[in-house]
Amino acid sequence: MNATAMDLLIWARGTGFSLALAIALFGLTLRVFEILSLGRKHDFAPAREDSPGSGLRTVFSRSLPLPGMAQKSPITYFGGYVFHVGLLLVIVFFVPHIEAIRAVIGLSWPGLPTAVIDMVSVATLLALVAVLFDRRRNKVKRMLSGFGDYFAWGITFLPMVTGYLAFHHLVLDYTLMLAIHILSVELLLIALPFTKLTHVVTLFLARWYNGDWFGRRGIAS
Amino acid sequence: MSANLQRGYNALKEVLDAPIASYFSSCVHCGLCAEACMFYTESGNPKYTPIHKLEPLRRVWFQEATLAGKLMRLVGLAKPVTDELLAEWSPLVYDSCSLCGRCSMVCPVGNDIAYMVRKLREGMAASGNAPEGLVGASKRTVAIGSPMGVKWPAVQAQIRHVQKDTGLTVPVDQAGVEYLVLMSSMEIMNYPEYLAALTRIFHKAGASWTLASDAFEATNSGIQIGASDIAREIVMRIVNAAERLQVGTVVSPECGHAFTAIRWEGPNLAGRTFGFKVKHILEVLDELRRSGRLRTKGNKSIPMTYHDPCQIARRGGVVDQPRTLLQMVASDVKEMDEHGAMNWCCGGGGGVSANERAEPLKLKAFARKKAQIEQTGVKTLVTACANCRITLEEGLEHYGMNITVLGLTELIAESLDDETTSADGGAA
Repeated sequence: MNATAMDLLIWARGTGFSLALAIALFGLTLRVFEILSLGRKHDFAPAREDSPGSGLRTVFSRSLPLPGMAQKSPITYFGGYVFHVGLLLVIVFFVPHIEAIRAVIGLSWPGLPTAVIDMVSVATLLALVAVLFDRRRNKVKRMLSGFGDYFAWGITFLPMVTGYLAFHHLVLDYTLMLAIHILSVELLLIALPFTKLTHVVTLFLARWYNGDWFGRRGIAS
Repeated sequence: MSANLQRGYNALKEVLDAPIASYFSSCVHCGLCAEACMFYTESGNPKYTPIHKLEPLRRVWFQEATLAGKLMRLVGLAKPVTDELLAEWSPLVYDSCSLCGRCSMVCPVGNDIAYMVRKLREGMAASGNAPEGLVGASKRTVAIGSPMGVKWPAVQAQIRHVQKDTGLTVPVDQAGVEYLVLMSSMEIMNYPEYLAALTRIFHKAGASWTLASDAFEATNSGIQIGASDIAREIVMRIVNAAERLQVGTVVSPECGHAFTAIRWEGPNLAGRTFGFKVKHILEVLDELRRSGRLRTKGNKSIPMTYHDPCQIARRGGVVDQPRTLLQMVASDVKEMDEHGAMNWCCGGGGGVSANERAEPLKLKAFARKKAQIEQTGVKTLVTACANCRITLEEGLEHYGMNITVLGLTELIAESLDDETTSADGGAA
């Protein structure tokens, strides 16, 4: 059992991870290429010269809700913030993750204390559960949702929960749980370019196009 | 695939561009766009969620512009675009969207949904799925020259009235002037005070201007219905007249979609930049004010509020000018809670008011504007779009509200300072 788990862990950390990373990078590059290759027609309408808006501005400003919007859909906003920020903190500032990143790109940085990461993980897991609950409860989200939405939720939740369980030595043997955790990360990486999770990259393009369009017309969007 | 469907499908393939692909790639189905749309908030029906209105375009994008979609279509797994789908979506694309673009302001990933609805309409129109009301308006514009069937003699009749009332001349087909003034059918038929107001303002300002007998109509139903060939023909009438008369600036009337049509879409339909400027009347008035050529006296003390026409404010960038102008003539202006670039639409834009099928939904959606007006507590509503104005008046009537609706240009004209003339213009 332990020998098999160790083999699995070794494969997941080595070949498995390289493979998943390659697919993710290739896939995301393809998706961006698919978008950019469509091009955009030249706009002959003269843009306003004194516009407060621009593509770059909207890339940043869209991270904040407009006044009044957060109250209209609090779970979407607050749940969304908590799980996005939580994922980012855990991925980038958990010491073992920094070690893993250093092994790949050679760069490293100070991590956050384990107790903080632990708290953030719990908050992220709870937020993910809350947004899933809201997806079933809210009639607009329920109508919009299909298999892809629940699948994307599942493969985001899985690395979080398995990582949490592995760290606390819960449910399964540590080695096996860690292997499952890394495999679930690889599943996420592979699915990244082919699900709505692609937004992690394409939203920058979308926001830029939106901001540029509005900016030319004199509006900060 | 039927011939109609093929035409529609090809038109949708044609409109795909990098922004659209980035938008569909980024949507996470968060549903926030619904909260920005009065057709959803006032009806409570999730089918009016803005991003949902784009399903036919999304399917075309997926199977034509992504590798995954192409593979799925190959094995028959991609969701097809059918005649039934387009017919089912026609009310969503035309009746429940005024192209107001409020959803485009709130989408967290930055999707410009209104931009995409405008593009989707190209496929809907090409496949014969545009509503009858808009088809009729477009046909009348091409055949007669205006969506409401207004011909030049009707304008001439109005010119005679204006000349009699003001004692001033309304110039027609004059070359080399500063401004070529356009109107909307709605102004010619329902709000003749607009032309009278302009005549008086331009006279006071000492501005040279003209109407063109072959290009007086500024609205463009080709854009609302989504037929670029018709839209181009309508725009070119104005471009040809403006270039023939060698005017400096073409003045879009108090009509939001007309402004979008000539200012923003016009050059792209023509495929070139124009040899003249295009400005909304509010921009022109504000420039005249700044150069001291527009002066008013007195201040109305009755409380007023301003309704931002979407295509002028959010989609056109004219937000400060109406406020400055209104401050000139009114001392008690109360803003609605959400105004300027985040105003709520009256519900009648984007061809909705020309589409009889949409009438009940439009009145339902008006409940949002009603609530906004009530919150200000004022009894006088000022706006700067003839189409907003008629929609507001119908909505107020429907809900039994006793509110006066005024056009900003005529409000300015009413307060013109009669003691100064253009001769001493220049000093502020």
